[in-house]
Amino acid sequence: MSNVKLTINGTQVEVPAGSTILQAAEKAGVRIPTLCHHPDQDIKGVCRVCVVEVEKSRTLQAACAFPVAEGMVVRTNTPAVREARKVIVELMLSRHPQDCLGCARNMKCELQALAQELGIRDVRFSRREKDLPRDTSTPSLVRDPSKCIVCRRCVYTCSEVQGVGALFPAYRGHEAVVVPAYDNPMIDVVCSLCGQCVHACPVGAITEHDDTEEVWEALADPEKHVVVQTAPAIRATLGEEAGLPAGTLVTGKMVAALRRLGFDRVFDTDFTADLTIMEEGSELIHRLTTGGTLPLLTSCSPGWIKFIEHFFPELLPNVSTCKSPQQMFGALAKTYYAEKFGIDPAKVFVVSIMPCTAKKFEAARPEMNSSGYRDVDVVLTSRELGRMFRQAGIDFDRLEEEEFDKPLGLSTGAAAIFGATGGVMEAALRTAYELVTKKELENLDFVEVRGMKAIKEATIDLDGTKLNVAVAHGLANAKELMERISRGEGDYHFVEIMACPGGCIGGGGQPIRTTNAVREQRIDAIYREDRRMPIRKSHENPAIKQIYEDFLGEPLGEKSHHLLHTHYTPRKRV
Amino acid sequence: MAREVKKAVDTALVDKIVAKHRTREGALLPVLREVQDSLGYLPQEALERVALGLGLSLSRVYGVATFYSLFYTRPKGRYMVRVCESAPCHVQGAQEVIDALIRELGVSFGETTPDGRFTLEKVSCLGVCGVAPAVMIEDRVYGNLTPESVVAVIQEYR
Ligand code: SF4
Ligand code: SF4
Ligand code: SF4
Ligand code: FES
Repeated sequence: MSNVKLTINGTQVEVPAGSTILQAAEKAGVRIPTLCHHPDQDIKGVCRVCVVEVEKSRTLQAACAFPVAEGMVVRTNTPAVREARKVIVELMLSRHPQDCLGCARNMKCELQALAQELGIRDVRFSRREKDLPRDTSTPSLVRDPSKCIVCRRCVYTCSEVQGVGALFPAYRGHEAVVVPAYDNPMIDVVCSLCGQCVHACPVGAITEHDDTEEVWEALADPEKHVVVQTAPAIRATLGEEAGLPAGTLVTGKMVAALRRLGFDRVFDTDFTADLTIMEEGSELIHRLTTGGTLPLLTSCSPGWIKFIEHFFPELLPNVSTCKSPQQMFGALAKTYYAEKFGIDPAKVFVVSIMPCTAKKFEAARPEMNSSGYRDVDVVLTSRELGRMFRQAGIDFDRLEEEEFDKPLGLSTGAAAIFGATGGVMEAALRTAYELVTKKELENLDFVEVRGMKAIKEATIDLDGTKLNVAVAHGLANAKELMERISRGEGDYHFVEIMACPGGCIGGGGQPIRTTNAVREQRIDAIYREDRRMPIRKSHENPAIKQIYEDFLGEPLGEKSHHLLHTHYTPRKRV
Repeated sequence: MAREVKKAVDTALVDKIVAKHRTREGALLPVLREVQDSLGYLPQEALERVALGLGLSLSRVYGVATFYSLFYTRPKGRYMVRVCESAPCHVQGAQEVIDALIRELGVSFGETTPDGRFTLEKVSCLGVCGVAPAVMIEDRVYGNLTPESVVAVIQEYR
């Protein structure tokens, strides 16, 4: 492609034709403020915060949308530009609740940062704050439409990245706001509760449902035996809540910090991730050998489960009956663990630390009580855990590393990679290969299924048996793959789906800000964790062998069936 | 908020309208128009069929429907009461007239009285600024209103 030369604030830059002024400015080292622009999204050009002067152009132009041209002269820092930006942001602020101090996005809010950056001290327009009801109908998310600045970033994410389309701008003029159809509560619409809109949103208009108070109460209750489980992806992201760079692994410090908070036992969802591999791997082999429904679709991602219940209910028989690792853990904590250590299961309180807002919904599903109690009592996202550490004055980064408690804290590299797209598939392949062929797998790294590519496919040779697998992350990619399967294409045997782009490291409960670039760094950390682990195959986890010997019997056995497997509910398509 | 009485929507009729337009570019607006002509407004059950039929999300269909002021996503009353809220009416005391109207009808903007008689709506200008503040009921304009006279006007339609 040919290049174009232009001048920005007196400096010449050369960029590929078709670039925007914003991209050229970045190259020239000039910062232009933006709001509706998002690095992982198409151009929207609706907020006009990024306006600049383009010589010979009558009006100011939006830098994020305006294409460069040969010889173009751009000025980003003139009185007219500064004033226009201020007016635009002041108009937004005049309609915006003044709630920064009590807002979940305080200090992580792009509107707030912008107001600071532009030096806004007064708003010259009369205040007409939006006053719309908050939507707290789901256990996962809180929508506060009064804070919505109608930038449409969530709309892009929900329709284009997630293929759901639960949110769209409605009404016009002053009343425009992004809402579900008919202003319906989120619990009544096709939303997967994945929480990707939280990452898209520059402000506090969509946030996680905060459940930290319930955990503080449980921790303060001497009657309760409070155990915590941490999802595979958390150790690769939690550091960001403490200001560490993306991709920092904090496994040992996280364990230490959780003990400081007062949890009686610090366990690991990685343990039940290994167990999932045993159960799901056995289910796959069972379906392959008995002519069962194929392809088998993974079931660990609750956003994906709600999505398929809405959009492809006819494919529910394909979904693995395995509960997610979180729910397996809850069921075992209140049975196996309680029994083994002589603790009254009624007093066991299970908290999970998850990358995910949909996990809150999953834990609240009515069928998730096979222990005789609600299996998982409270789900916190990594953002909420970060909040608790700050409230407790725990200087996370200065703690010495500690180990998980036994036995529900023992795990493998195979479990660790559950946190990244392709990880469940790779872990399953490591085990399925050895179970089917009875041979040792030489190369543990199935690199074909790793990384941010939209849909990944591979064929694995299990000693003559060819296994066709596919992996998709992000629900729009999942939708594409399901459409292929519905058309009878692909001839897949096993398919992994994660609702969130990049898998759980990119989950809707992960630290702000989560972009694709950040996701890549977190994925690297996940595979570092895998390499660091002494055992890297689920079926070699000694605690897993033990639980089958002591308690479960065998994979897909009667106890497993009761405690570790589940069923699904078809839902409305619109 | 006034909640409409749920009447069963003839979904087969909606499907027929969708089928007629489905193949053409920009089918949504003509479909919405026809559905509203048939049903009087655009209830959720009808737009669900439209969304499914055109392969669009319901939120998008609703977003488009609420963008155009001629579409109604809630049932319309027998009489449309349109209040001008432009600047000239505003300075002439439209707010007091509006307050009186809201009190008299017991509904706010975009809503219909429970007896199905009146729908209250805001418009940007009725083009009769000389007699501000003004209200239009169906196609009759009433000007120079006061909080008292507007109530009397409503009484005429009771
Ligand atoms: S959304 Fe941002 S600007 Fe608005 S109240 Fe919250 S922190 Fe403040
Ligand atoms: S949670 Fe996911 S599906 Fe629901 S509105 Fe947000 S992005 Fe869309
Ligand atoms: S909810 Fe957030 S992301 Fe969505 S339009 Fe409003 S401000 Fe933008
Ligand atoms: S950032 Fe350019 S118009 Fe919003």
